[in-house]
Amino acid sequence: MRFVDEYRDAELGQALAGEILAAVDPGRHYKVMEVCGGHTHSIYKYGVDDLLPANVELVHGPGCPVCVIPMGRVDDGIAIAHDERVILTCFGDMLRVPGSHQTLLEAKAGGADVRMVYSPLDALRIARENPEREVVFFAIGFETTAPSTALTLQRAKREGIRNFSCVCNHVTIVPPLRALLESPDLRLDGFLGPGHVCTVVGARPLRFIPADYGRPVVISGFEPLDILQSILMILRQLSAGRCEVENQYKRVVPDEGNLRALEVMAEVFELRPHFEWRGLGFISQSALRLSDAYADFDAEQRFSTPGVRVADPKACQCGEVLKGVIKPWECKVFGTGCTPEHAIGTCMVSPEGACAAYYNFGRYARQKEAV
Amino acid sequence: MSDAAPTPTRTRREERVLELIETARSKRPRFRDEHITLAHGAGGKATQTLIEGLLVPAFGGEALQQLGDAGRIPLGAQAPRLAMTSDSFVVSPLRFPGGSIGELAVNGTVNDLAMAGARASALTVSLILEEGLDADTLRAEVEAIAHAARDAGAEIVGGDTKVVQRGLADGMYICTTGVGTVDPRARLAPQQLRAGDRILVSGPIAEHGTAIMLARGQFDLDAEIASDTCCLWPAVDALLDAAGRELHCLRDATRGGVASVLNELARASHVGVLVREAEVPVRPVVAAASELLGIDPMYVANEGRLVAFVAPDAEDRALQALRAVAGCEQAAVIGEVTAEPPGMVLVATAFGGRRVMDQLVGDPLPRIC
Repeated sequence: MRFVDEYRDAELGQALAGEILAAVDPGRHYKVMEVCGGHTHSIYKYGVDDLLPANVELVHGPGCPVCVIPMGRVDDGIAIAHDERVILTCFGDMLRVPGSHQTLLEAKAGGADVRMVYSPLDALRIARENPEREVVFFAIGFETTAPSTALTLQRAKREGIRNFSCVCNHVTIVPPLRALLESPDLRLDGFLGPGHVCTVVGARPLRFIPADYGRPVVISGFEPLDILQSILMILRQLSAGRCEVENQYKRVVPDEGNLRALEVMAEVFELRPHFEWRGLGFISQSALRLSDAYADFDAEQRFSTPGVRVADPKACQCGEVLKGVIKPWECKVFGTGCTPEHAIGTCMVSPEGACAAYYNFGRYARQKEAV
Repeated sequence: MSDAAPTPTRTRREERVLELIETARSKRPRFRDEHITLAHGAGGKATQTLIEGLLVPAFGGEALQQLGDAGRIPLGAQAPRLAMTSDSFVVSPLRFPGGSIGELAVNGTVNDLAMAGARASALTVSLILEEGLDADTLRAEVEAIAHAARDAGAEIVGGDTKVVQRGLADGMYICTTGVGTVDPRARLAPQQLRAGDRILVSGPIAEHGTAIMLARGQFDLDAEIASDTCCLWPAVDALLDAAGRELHCLRDATRGGVASVLNELARASHVGVLVREAEVPVRPVVAAASELLGIDPMYVANEGRLVAFVAPDAEDRALQALRAVAGCEQAAVIGEVTAEPPGMVLVATAFGGRRVMDQLVGDPLPRIC
């Protein structure tokens, strides 16, 4: 595939791996957080971490939009889906996220009309085709997916589609990063910046990381060569004593972001005073809700939902795993109360979460060390 | 900044946690779900829980415990070895590029027998028809069934028809059962993988599932991709001829794709599997569609591709024999069986890293066959 294979070239990968090896101080241990779940996915898919020296460790960050949704919000979605008038639509990976007693997939098996869509526009089409039903889009994601939800709502308003509404769970990337960085026991040396989010918001919103917290950031693309190059750029900043936001993903990310997308978002959304994150707790001004101009399309106002906060179990230590303070296996409930089949915390929910990865692949890691 | 490098040896506590996980995993899965979800039909973890946690314990039996594609019928030492299997088909849409439900219904059962080393000799066909089904559609599928059975050399010896009210079946469902004699050359079983065995696939993968996905028209994607549905007996016959007892196991990579087959067999034989991603044949157009849809071709269903495990000595003979069969010209060796880590499938990625290729969780696409 042209324009894709070029970024997956094994020889170039080996060359970059050599440069990384040359750039590290063998006496030092480096912890680099990839903020975005998309990076985590690529790292697993291509085995990127196999090309890194043992003293460069990647820590999976809070940027998986599916696994940060708290149980209470999933319960709200399920409650709406059980309304007989409703067709609940959502992205496929949302279907398996556990609420307090079931997932949307299980609600579907129990009779709820839950449908997977690839785009919010598909949800709007379903609303047009089923005028006698209420079509609800369960919106999730960071600034990456928020513009498409916003555009869909603009279109619904323009076309006067009254049987369409949206449960807005859109979140923003800066507040959880700040929450992580505020932690006194943080042990991270640098960050791979979220390329897709930055496509929308630009590079500027990440400047506080080097400025206020003294950690370098490299905004990274999602192909394996992008990731290796970004890691190299972070290591070079560290060894040169530099600390700034660099943009490895220049072919996609403009410094100022996508102004049109930001305009659309500003019209349709406003900041929530606070929002709960699975594993991280409440973070103020970290999520979006529909603005007053779009209140008619707000499913939270149209339907009654339990709106109950379901606390993460006390024993859950996802926050510390995310900060790199403890390893997954050091968590009190890891492998006993919390398993991929019955996940408690965010890190076990998604197969890309740090704990799920360790649970599934820990034996393999041991094998690798033996070799 | 960070602490000093962690010690390379694992602590006792970490070892204990890993052992705990291994113990939990090696136990027979228990079926504890409250409802059947589409994931139970997808060929991944949930399907395994349903089969090994509910069906096998209830039905017992030595033949079933083997978890082969077809069961052997115990008739006594002197009698010919018979194999029997059954398969049902609910694919949507009924017709798709490269085939239709009728053709699938025959090939699916014939292939399951072939994977046990048996050539299908007799089939029964049950039709569940929805009230209002167009008679021409039915005629076309009956013709497709007859044609596929003739091609496979199997006689249709019985069957059944039921009609249900409109809305209770999507046009038609088909269930077929097949019986065949196990070829005397065949010594195949899921427990027979040995470290060093070479893993062959009979052609480019992921074509059936991708063709169905595109035929549904949900994605506004247009591509020339046809289902690979075909009878696999000629390929099995050629492999048995070339490798005989050095052919250890066969599976057709249907629901859950090649990845699911490798995981099931790695577990059944307590061996590891190493796949070299760059060696796996995938047509560029299928690779491009998978890339766009965010789907891994290794998990996509095939209806005319088999995975064969042969002793290392027989690798070249088996590959040449397979490539001489019509439709298998692009057969390839994609990896090998390893002693460690037992029960796991590892992939050497084309990029130069490694990863675990786990069982499918959930359902990428229901009603694929």
